[in-house]
Amino acid sequence: MIQVSIEVNDKTVTAEVEPRLTLLDFIRDVAGLKGTHAGCEHGVCGACTVLVEGNAIRSCLVLAVQADEQEVISIEGVGGDLGRSGELSIVQDAFCEAHGLQCGYCTPGMVLAAEALLADTPNPTEGDVREAISGNICRCTGYVQIVEAVMLAADRLANRNYKSKPGQPYDQTLG
Amino acid sequence: MKPVNFDYERPRTIDEACELLASNSNARILAGGQSLIPMLSMRLSRPSLLIDIAHIEDLGEIVATDTHIEIGAMVRQAVAKNTIMIQEYIPLLSKALQHVGHPPTRARGTVGGSIAHADPSAEIALIAVTLGAEITYRVGGDDHMFDATEFFIGPMLTVAPPDGCLVKVGFPKTSKICGTGFYEVAPRRSDYALASAAAQINFDSKGAAKTIRVGVGSIGDFPERLDVDNLLKTDLNDESIVATVKTAITEIETVDDLHASAEYRKRVAAHLAVKALQTARDEVREAPVK
Repeated sequence: MIQVSIEVNDKTVTAEVEPRLTLLDFIRDVAGLKGTHAGCEHGVCGACTVLVEGNAIRSCLVLAVQADEQEVISIEGVGGDLGRSGELSIVQDAFCEAHGLQCGYCTPGMVLAAEALLADTPNPTEGDVREAISGNICRCTGYVQIVEAVMLAADRLANRNYKSKPGQPYDQTLG
Repeated sequence: MKPVNFDYERPRTIDEACELLASNSNARILAGGQSLIPMLSMRLSRPSLLIDIAHIEDLGEIVATDTHIEIGAMVRQAVAKNTIMIQEYIPLLSKALQHVGHPPTRARGTVGGSIAHADPSAEIALIAVTLGAEITYRVGGDDHMFDATEFFIGPMLTVAPPDGCLVKVGFPKTSKICGTGFYEVAPRRSDYALASAAAQINFDSKGAAKTIRVGVGSIGDFPERLDVDNLLKTDLNDESIVATVKTAITEIETVDDLHASAEYRKRVAAHLAVKALQTARDEVREAPVK
Protein backbone atom coordinates (compact mmCIF):
# COMPACT_ATOMS: atom_id res chain seq x y z
CA MET A 1 0.00 0.00 0.00
CA ILE A 2 1.22 3.47 -0.86
CA GLN A 3 -0.02 6.75 0.52
CA VAL A 4 -1.21 9.20 -2.13
CA SER A 5 -2.60 12.66 -1.85
CA ILE A 6 -4.55 13.92 -4.83
CA GLU A 7 -6.32 17.24 -5.14
CA VAL A 8 -9.74 16.46 -6.59
CA ASN A 9 -11.79 19.55 -7.45
CA ASP A 10 -9.78 21.67 -5.01
CA LYS A 11 -10.21 19.18 -2.15
CA THR A 12 -7.21 17.12 -1.08
CA VAL A 13 -8.00 13.43 -0.82
CA THR A 14 -5.37 11.36 1.00
CA ALA A 15 -5.52 7.58 1.16
CA GLU A 16 -3.46 4.39 1.31
CA VAL A 17 -3.95 2.63 -2.01
CA GLU A 18 -2.70 -0.43 -3.86
CA PRO A 19 -0.39 0.59 -6.73
CA ARG A 20 -2.76 -1.08 -9.20
CA LEU A 21 -5.65 1.27 -8.34
CA THR A 22 -6.42 3.45 -11.35
CA LEU A 23 -7.11 7.16 -11.00
CA LEU A 24 -10.62 6.36 -12.27
CA ASP A 25 -11.30 4.02 -9.35
CA PHE A 26 -9.65 6.48 -6.96
CA ILE A 27 -12.03 9.25 -8.05
CA ARG A 28 -15.09 7.00 -7.95
CA ASP A 29 -14.44 4.82 -4.93
CA VAL A 30 -11.98 6.72 -2.72
CA ALA A 31 -13.04 10.31 -3.40
CA GLY A 32 -16.63 9.06 -3.81
CA LEU A 33 -17.39 11.08 -6.95
CA LYS A 34 -19.42 8.91 -9.30
CA GLY A 35 -19.76 11.41 -12.15
CA THR A 36 -16.62 10.08 -13.85
CA HIS A 37 -17.88 7.08 -15.78
CA ALA A 38 -16.12 3.75 -16.18
CA GLY A 39 -16.62 2.56 -19.74
CA CYS A 40 -14.14 0.16 -21.27
CA GLU A 41 -11.48 0.55 -18.58
CA HIS A 42 -8.69 0.06 -21.11
CA GLY A 43 -8.42 3.38 -22.86
CA VAL A 44 -10.69 3.03 -25.87
CA CYS A 45 -13.94 4.84 -25.06
CA GLY A 46 -12.95 8.09 -23.33
CA ALA A 47 -15.88 8.02 -20.87
CA CYS A 48 -13.48 8.39 -17.92
CA THR A 49 -11.78 11.56 -19.24
CA VAL A 50 -10.82 14.04 -16.49
CA LEU A 51 -8.38 16.94 -16.27
CA VAL A 52 -5.01 16.31 -14.61
CA GLU A 53 -2.94 19.48 -14.25
CA GLY A 54 -5.25 21.06 -16.83
CA ASN A 55 -4.79 18.36 -19.51
CA ALA A 56 -7.63 16.08 -20.54
CA ILE A 57 -6.46 12.52 -19.87
CA ARG A 58 -8.06 9.09 -19.53
CA SER A 59 -8.29 8.31 -15.85
CA CYS A 60 -8.40 4.54 -16.53
CA LEU A 61 -4.93 4.82 -18.11
CA VAL A 62 -3.33 6.57 -15.16
CA LEU A 63 -2.59 4.89 -11.84
CA ALA A 64 -3.58 6.78 -8.70
CA VAL A 65 0.08 6.59 -7.60
CA GLN A 66 1.09 8.42 -10.80
CA ALA A 67 -1.30 11.27 -10.01
CA ASP A 68 0.09 11.73 -6.50
CA GLU A 69 0.36 15.43 -5.56
CA GLN A 70 -1.41 16.48 -8.75
CA GLU A 71 -4.56 18.45 -9.43
CA VAL A 72 -7.56 16.64 -10.85
CA ILE A 73 -10.80 18.17 -12.07
CA SER A 74 -13.69 15.78 -12.61
CA ILE A 75 -17.14 16.58 -14.00
CA GLU A 76 -18.32 17.56 -10.51
CA GLY A 77 -15.76 20.38 -10.47
CA VAL A 78 -16.51 21.85 -13.88
CA GLY A 79 -19.44 24.02 -12.82
CA GLY A 80 -19.25 27.45 -11.19
CA ASP A 81 -16.93 27.80 -8.20
CA LEU A 82 -15.51 24.30 -8.84
CA GLY A 83 -18.99 22.86 -8.77
CA ARG A 84 -19.96 24.30 -5.40
CA SER A 85 -22.28 27.01 -6.73
CA GLY A 86 -24.62 24.47 -8.32
CA GLU A 87 -24.48 26.28 -11.63
CA LEU A 88 -23.52 24.63 -14.89
CA SER A 89 -20.40 25.69 -16.78
CA ILE A 90 -20.83 27.32 -20.17
CA VAL A 91 -19.86 24.04 -21.84
CA GLN A 92 -22.34 22.01 -19.78
CA ASP A 93 -25.07 24.53 -20.46
CA ALA A 94 -24.34 24.40 -24.20
CA PHE A 95 -24.62 20.59 -24.15
CA CYS A 96 -28.13 20.94 -22.66
CA GLU A 97 -29.15 23.61 -25.10
CA ALA A 98 -27.81 21.93 -28.25
CA HIS A 99 -29.09 18.50 -27.13
CA GLY A 100 -25.50 17.24 -27.12
CA LEU A 101 -26.47 14.08 -25.28
CA GLN A 102 -29.00 11.29 -25.24
CA CYS A 103 -28.22 8.55 -22.70
CA GLY A 104 -25.53 10.73 -21.14
CA TYR A 105 -22.98 8.02 -20.39
CA CYS A 106 -20.21 9.57 -22.50
CA THR A 107 -21.13 13.14 -21.55
CA PRO A 108 -18.80 13.75 -18.58
CA GLY A 109 -15.84 12.72 -20.74
CA MET A 110 -17.05 14.81 -23.68
CA VAL A 111 -17.51 17.89 -21.48
CA LEU A 112 -14.02 17.61 -20.01
CA ALA A 113 -12.44 17.02 -23.42
CA ALA A 114 -14.27 20.15 -24.61
CA GLU A 115 -13.24 22.17 -21.54
CA ALA A 116 -9.57 21.28 -22.19
CA LEU A 117 -9.89 22.29 -25.84
CA LEU A 118 -11.56 25.62 -25.11
CA ALA A 119 -9.05 26.54 -22.40
CA ASP A 120 -6.27 26.38 -25.04
CA THR A 121 -8.15 27.21 -28.23
CA PRO A 122 -10.69 29.99 -27.76
CA ASN A 123 -11.82 30.00 -31.41
CA PRO A 124 -11.78 26.38 -32.53
CA THR A 125 -12.79 25.20 -35.99
CA GLU A 126 -15.19 22.30 -36.33
CA GLY A 127 -12.12 20.21 -37.22
CA ASP A 128 -10.44 21.19 -33.93
CA VAL A 129 -13.55 20.12 -32.03
CA ARG A 130 -13.72 16.78 -33.83
CA GLU A 131 -10.02 16.22 -33.13
CA ALA A 132 -10.50 17.06 -29.44
CA ILE A 133 -13.33 14.55 -29.00
CA SER A 134 -11.87 11.97 -31.42
CA GLY A 135 -10.96 9.75 -28.48
CA ASN A 136 -14.46 9.82 -26.97
CA ILE A 137 -17.02 7.32 -28.20
CA CYS A 138 -20.74 8.20 -28.20
CA ARG A 139 -23.14 5.49 -29.35
CA CYS A 140 -26.30 7.67 -29.34
CA THR A 141 -25.94 11.08 -30.87
CA GLY A 142 -23.92 10.59 -34.03
CA TYR A 143 -21.70 13.42 -32.71
CA VAL A 144 -23.31 16.22 -34.77
CA GLN A 145 -25.05 17.83 -31.80
CA ILE A 146 -22.01 17.33 -29.58
CA VAL A 147 -19.91 19.29 -32.07
CA GLU A 148 -22.66 21.92 -32.22
CA ALA A 149 -22.68 22.15 -28.42
CA VAL A 150 -18.93 22.72 -28.24
CA MET A 151 -19.07 25.31 -31.03
CA LEU A 152 -21.92 27.06 -29.20
CA ALA A 153 -19.90 27.08 -25.99
CA ALA A 154 -16.87 28.43 -27.87
CA ASP A 155 -19.00 31.17 -29.37
CA ARG A 156 -20.38 32.18 -25.98
CA LEU A 157 -16.95 32.14 -24.38
CA ALA A 158 -15.57 34.29 -27.21
CA ASN A 159 -18.16 36.93 -26.43
CA ARG A 160 -17.18 37.08 -22.78
CA ASN A 161 -14.32 39.11 -21.48
CA TYR A 162 -12.42 36.37 -19.67
CA LYS A 163 -10.71 33.17 -20.66
CA SER A 164 -12.46 29.86 -20.21
CA LYS A 165 -11.35 27.90 -17.21
CA PRO A 166 -13.21 24.89 -15.89
CA GLY A 167 -14.50 25.54 -12.41
CA GLN A 168 -15.09 29.25 -12.87
CA PRO A 169 -18.56 30.51 -11.91
CA TYR A 170 -20.93 30.80 -14.83
CA ASP A 171 -21.92 34.37 -14.04
CA GLN A 172 -18.44 35.64 -13.32
CA THR A 173 -17.70 38.85 -15.23
CA LEU A 174 -14.10 39.84 -14.75
CA GLY A 175 -12.73 42.92 -16.38
CA MET B 1 -10.42 -4.88 -16.28
CA LYS B 2 -8.35 -4.59 -13.12
CA PRO B 3 -4.59 -5.24 -13.20
CA VAL B 4 -2.99 -7.87 -10.98
CA ASN B 5 -1.21 -6.33 -8.03
CA PHE B 6 2.39 -5.27 -8.32
CA ASP B 7 5.00 -3.30 -6.42
CA TYR B 8 5.67 0.28 -7.41
CA GLU B 9 8.89 2.27 -7.22
CA ARG B 10 9.61 5.89 -8.06
CA PRO B 11 13.37 6.24 -8.68
CA ARG B 12 14.96 9.70 -8.84
CA THR B 13 17.86 8.86 -11.14
CA ILE B 14 18.27 6.80 -14.26
CA ASP B 15 20.89 4.57 -12.61
CA GLU B 16 18.54 3.86 -9.73
CA ALA B 17 15.89 2.83 -12.29
CA CYS B 18 18.40 0.51 -13.98
CA GLU B 19 19.33 -1.10 -10.67
CA LEU B 20 15.69 -1.76 -9.88
CA LEU B 21 15.19 -3.19 -13.35
CA ALA B 22 18.19 -5.49 -12.97
CA SER B 23 17.07 -6.61 -9.49
CA ASN B 24 13.78 -8.10 -10.72
CA SER B 25 13.42 -10.09 -13.94
CA ASN B 26 9.67 -9.42 -13.99
CA ALA B 27 9.92 -5.63 -13.66
CA ARG B 28 8.61 -3.18 -16.26
CA ILE B 29 9.38 0.48 -16.84
CA LEU B 30 6.33 2.76 -16.63
CA ALA B 31 6.63 6.02 -18.61
CA GLY B 32 3.36 7.47 -19.97
CA GLY B 33 1.55 4.16 -19.53
CA GLN B 34 -0.76 4.59 -22.52
CA SER B 35 0.18 1.17 -23.90
CA LEU B 36 1.33 -0.57 -20.73
CA ILE B 37 -1.70 0.18 -18.54
CA PRO B 38 -4.25 -1.27 -21.01
CA MET B 39 -2.06 -4.40 -21.17
CA LEU B 40 -2.04 -4.56 -17.37
CA SER B 41 -5.81 -4.03 -17.25
CA MET B 42 -6.42 -6.83 -19.71
CA ARG B 43 -3.86 -8.89 -17.76
CA LEU B 44 -1.84 -9.48 -20.91
CA SER B 45 1.12 -8.26 -18.89
CA ARG B 46 1.63 -9.28 -15.24
CA PRO B 47 4.77 -7.59 -13.95
CA SER B 48 5.66 -7.91 -10.26
CA LEU B 49 7.25 -4.45 -10.18
CA LEU B 50 6.54 -1.20 -12.01
CA ILE B 51 9.31 1.38 -12.14
CA ASP B 52 7.81 4.84 -12.69
CA ILE B 53 10.43 7.01 -14.44
CA ALA B 54 8.28 10.17 -14.44
CA HIS B 55 10.19 11.65 -11.50
CA ILE B 56 13.62 11.46 -13.13
CA GLU B 57 14.19 15.06 -14.13
CA ASP B 58 16.83 14.62 -16.85
CA LEU B 59 14.49 12.45 -18.89
CA GLY B 60 12.07 15.28 -19.63
CA GLU B 61 14.57 17.27 -21.68
CA ILE B 62 14.79 17.99 -25.39
CA VAL B 63 18.36 18.83 -26.39
CA ALA B 64 19.77 20.02 -29.71
CA THR B 65 23.24 18.80 -30.67
CA ASP B 66 25.06 19.74 -33.90
CA THR B 67 23.49 16.89 -35.81
CA HIS B 68 20.52 15.63 -33.78
CA ILE B 69 17.55 16.60 -31.65
CA GLU B 70 17.62 14.33 -28.60
CA ILE B 71 14.27 13.63 -26.99
CA GLY B 72 14.40 12.37 -23.40
CA ALA B 73 12.51 9.22 -22.46
CA MET B 74 9.81 11.09 -20.48
CA VAL B 75 9.00 13.75 -23.10
CA ARG B 76 5.26 13.50 -23.66
CA GLN B 77 3.94 13.31 -27.21
CA ALA B 78 1.86 16.47 -26.73
CA VAL B 79 4.96 18.37 -25.59
CA ALA B 80 7.00 17.10 -28.55
CA LYS B 81 4.18 18.06 -30.92
CA ASN B 82 4.16 21.64 -29.60
CA THR B 83 7.94 22.10 -29.38
CA ILE B 84 9.12 24.60 -31.98
CA MET B 85 12.61 23.09 -32.14
CA ILE B 86 11.07 19.76 -33.20
CA GLN B 87 8.74 21.41 -35.72
CA GLU B 88 11.73 23.15 -37.22
CA TYR B 89 14.38 20.40 -37.21
CA ILE B 90 12.30 17.19 -37.32
CA PRO B 91 9.22 18.31 -39.29
CA LEU B 92 8.44 14.72 -40.28
CA LEU B 93 8.04 13.76 -36.60
CA SER B 94 5.76 16.77 -36.06
CA LYS B 95 3.56 15.66 -38.94
CA ALA B 96 3.38 12.10 -37.62
CA LEU B 97 2.61 13.18 -34.05
CA GLN B 98 -0.70 14.64 -35.22
CA HIS B 99 -1.76 11.08 -36.03
CA VAL B 100 -0.58 9.52 -32.76
CA GLY B 101 -3.55 8.58 -30.57
CA HIS B 102 -5.91 11.29 -29.34
CA PRO B 103 -5.25 14.51 -27.39
CA PRO B 104 -5.84 12.76 -24.01
CA THR B 105 -3.41 9.91 -24.81
CA ARG B 106 -0.83 12.31 -26.27
CA ALA B 107 -0.95 14.32 -23.04
CA ARG B 108 0.37 11.25 -21.18
CA GLY B 109 2.10 9.04 -23.75
CA THR B 110 5.80 9.55 -24.44
CA VAL B 111 7.89 9.51 -27.63
CA GLY B 112 10.37 7.07 -26.07
CA GLY B 113 7.66 4.80 -24.69
CA SER B 114 6.17 4.35 -28.13
CA ILE B 115 9.56 3.28 -29.47
CA ALA B 116 10.28 0.90 -26.58
CA HIS B 117 6.79 -0.62 -26.93
CA ALA B 118 7.37 -1.24 -30.68
CA ASP B 119 3.80 -1.57 -31.88
CA PRO B 120 3.96 -2.36 -35.63
CA SER B 121 1.51 0.45 -36.40
CA ALA B 122 3.20 3.10 -34.24
CA GLU B 123 3.84 6.31 -36.15
CA ILE B 124 6.79 7.36 -33.98
CA ALA B 125 8.61 4.06 -34.58
CA LEU B 126 8.05 4.52 -38.32
CA ILE B 127 9.64 7.98 -38.22
CA ALA B 128 12.56 6.65 -36.16
CA VAL B 129 13.22 3.96 -38.79
CA THR B 130 12.68 6.32 -41.73
CA LEU B 131 15.11 8.91 -40.40
CA GLY B 132 17.55 6.43 -38.82
CA ALA B 133 17.17 7.72 -35.26
CA GLU B 134 19.69 6.83 -32.55
CA ILE B 135 18.11 5.07 -29.58
CA THR B 136 20.11 5.22 -26.34
CA TYR B 137 19.69 2.70 -23.53
CA ARG B 138 21.45 2.76 -20.16
CA VAL B 139 22.67 -0.71 -19.20
CA GLY B 140 24.68 -1.30 -16.05
CA GLY B 141 25.89 2.29 -15.90
CA ASP B 142 26.91 2.54 -19.57
CA ASP B 143 25.04 4.04 -22.49
CA HIS B 144 24.47 1.84 -25.53
CA MET B 145 23.28 3.27 -28.79
CA PHE B 146 21.03 1.43 -31.25
CA ASP B 147 20.31 2.33 -34.85
CA ALA B 148 16.52 2.51 -35.27
CA THR B 149 16.74 0.71 -38.62
CA GLU B 150 18.05 -2.39 -36.81
CA PHE B 151 16.14 -1.90 -33.54
CA PHE B 152 12.73 -3.40 -34.34
CA ILE B 153 12.64 -7.15 -34.97
CA GLY B 154 8.99 -8.10 -34.58
CA PRO B 155 5.62 -6.99 -33.21
CA MET B 156 6.39 -5.54 -29.74
CA LEU B 157 9.91 -6.97 -30.09
CA THR B 158 13.15 -5.02 -30.15
CA VAL B 159 16.84 -5.72 -29.65
CA ALA B 160 16.77 -3.59 -26.47
CA PRO B 161 18.61 -5.23 -23.55
CA PRO B 162 16.14 -6.65 -20.98
CA ASP B 163 17.86 -4.85 -18.11
CA GLY B 164 18.31 -1.58 -20.01
CA CYS B 165 16.37 1.63 -19.55
CA LEU B 166 15.65 3.91 -22.52
CA VAL B 167 17.31 7.28 -21.93
CA LYS B 168 16.74 9.27 -25.11
CA VAL B 169 16.03 9.07 -28.80
CA GLY B 170 18.08 11.25 -31.16
CA PHE B 171 16.47 12.20 -34.45
CA PRO B 172 18.79 13.60 -37.15
CA LYS B 173 18.17 17.25 -38.00
CA THR B 174 17.02 17.96 -41.52
CA SER B 175 19.17 19.84 -44.01
CA LYS B 176 18.30 23.51 -44.53
CA ILE B 177 16.10 22.74 -47.53
CA CYS B 178 13.93 19.75 -46.90
CA GLY B 179 10.48 18.42 -47.73
CA THR B 180 8.45 15.87 -45.78
CA GLY B 181 5.26 13.89 -46.18
CA PHE B 182 3.30 11.61 -43.88
CA TYR B 183 0.09 9.71 -44.61
CA GLU B 184 -1.84 6.89 -43.04
CA VAL B 185 -5.10 5.03 -43.51
CA ALA B 186 -6.98 4.09 -40.35
CA PRO B 187 -10.55 2.90 -39.70
CA ARG B 188 -11.25 6.00 -37.63
CA ARG B 189 -9.31 9.15 -36.90
CA SER B 190 -6.13 8.42 -34.92
CA ASP B 191 -6.93 4.73 -34.63
CA TYR B 192 -4.35 2.01 -35.32
CA ALA B 193 -3.35 2.50 -38.92
CA LEU B 194 -3.85 -0.20 -41.56
CA ALA B 195 -0.99 1.29 -43.55
CA SER B 196 1.23 4.32 -43.13
CA ALA B 197 4.10 5.93 -45.01
CA ALA B 198 6.61 8.69 -44.33
CA ALA B 199 9.06 10.43 -46.63
CA GLN B 200 11.76 13.03 -46.23
CA ILE B 201 13.87 14.54 -48.99
CA ASN B 202 16.92 16.58 -48.02
CA PHE B 203 18.05 18.98 -50.76
CA ASP B 204 21.44 20.63 -51.18
CA SER B 205 21.74 24.39 -51.55
CA LYS B 206 21.38 24.11 -55.34
CA GLY B 207 18.03 22.39 -55.00
CA ALA B 208 19.15 18.87 -55.95
CA ALA B 209 17.97 15.94 -53.84
CA LYS B 210 20.80 14.84 -51.53
CA THR B 211 19.15 12.06 -49.53
CA ILE B 212 15.73 10.46 -49.86
CA ARG B 213 14.23 8.46 -47.00
CA VAL B 214 10.96 6.59 -47.24
CA GLY B 215 9.47 4.23 -44.68
CA VAL B 216 6.30 2.19 -44.46
CA GLY B 217 4.56 1.04 -41.29
CA SER B 218 1.57 -0.93 -40.04
CA ILE B 219 1.79 -3.44 -42.89
CA GLY B 220 4.35 -5.88 -41.51
CA ASP B 221 5.74 -6.92 -38.14
CA PHE B 222 7.69 -3.68 -37.78
CA PRO B 223 8.23 -0.45 -39.75
CA GLU B 224 10.72 -0.70 -42.60
CA ARG B 225 12.57 1.59 -44.94
CA LEU B 226 12.08 1.37 -48.69
CA ASP B 227 15.14 1.38 -50.93
CA VAL B 228 14.52 4.37 -53.20
CA ASP B 229 18.10 5.46 -53.90
CA ASN B 230 17.40 5.12 -57.63
CA LEU B 231 15.34 8.28 -57.35
CA LEU B 232 18.45 10.33 -56.66
CA LYS B 233 19.38 9.96 -60.32
CA THR B 234 16.02 11.30 -61.51
CA ASP B 235 14.34 14.69 -61.35
CA LEU B 236 11.71 13.19 -58.99
CA ASN B 237 8.98 13.07 -61.62
CA ASP B 238 5.76 11.19 -60.83
CA GLU B 239 6.54 8.24 -63.12
CA SER B 240 9.90 7.48 -61.57
CA ILE B 241 8.48 7.85 -58.04
CA VAL B 242 5.68 5.36 -58.80
CA ALA B 243 8.02 2.90 -60.52
CA THR B 244 10.65 3.04 -57.75
CA VAL B 245 8.12 2.63 -54.92
CA LYS B 246 6.42 -0.25 -56.75
CA THR B 247 9.68 -2.12 -57.06
CA ALA B 248 10.84 -1.33 -53.52
CA ILE B 249 7.62 -2.41 -51.83
CA THR B 250 7.85 -5.94 -53.23
CA GLU B 251 10.75 -6.47 -50.79
CA ILE B 252 8.55 -5.75 -47.76
CA GLU B 253 6.85 -8.60 -45.92
CA THR B 254 3.24 -7.81 -45.10
CA VAL B 255 0.80 -9.50 -42.74
CA ASP B 256 -2.88 -10.42 -42.89
CA ASP B 257 -5.24 -9.86 -40.03
CA LEU B 258 -8.88 -9.38 -39.17
CA HIS B 259 -8.84 -5.78 -40.38
CA ALA B 260 -7.10 -5.98 -43.75
CA SER B 261 -5.44 -8.44 -46.09
CA ALA B 262 -1.71 -8.35 -46.72
CA GLU B 263 -2.31 -7.52 -50.37
CA TYR B 264 -4.55 -4.56 -49.51
CA ARG B 265 -2.01 -3.25 -47.00
CA LYS B 266 0.80 -3.44 -49.53
CA ARG B 267 -1.23 -1.67 -52.19
CA VAL B 268 -2.30 1.11 -49.83
CA ALA B 269 1.20 1.51 -48.39
CA ALA B 270 2.64 1.90 -51.90
CA HIS B 271 0.04 4.54 -52.71
CA LEU B 272 0.74 6.41 -49.45
CA ALA B 273 4.51 6.23 -50.01
CA VAL B 274 4.08 7.77 -53.47
CA LYS B 275 1.86 10.49 -52.00
CA ALA B 276 4.33 11.17 -49.18
CA LEU B 277 7.21 11.50 -51.67
CA GLN B 278 5.20 13.83 -53.91
CA THR B 279 4.27 16.00 -50.92
CA ALA B 280 7.90 16.12 -49.77
CA ARG B 281 9.02 17.10 -53.28
CA ASP B 282 6.30 19.71 -53.78
CA GLU B 283 6.86 21.30 -50.38
CA VAL B 284 10.24 22.45 -51.65
CA ARG B 285 9.57 22.89 -55.35
CA GLU B 286 6.40 24.90 -54.84
CA ALA B 287 7.62 26.91 -51.90
CA PRO B 288 8.15 30.60 -52.57
CA VAL B 289 11.82 31.42 -53.14
CA LYS B 290 13.22 33.21 -50.12
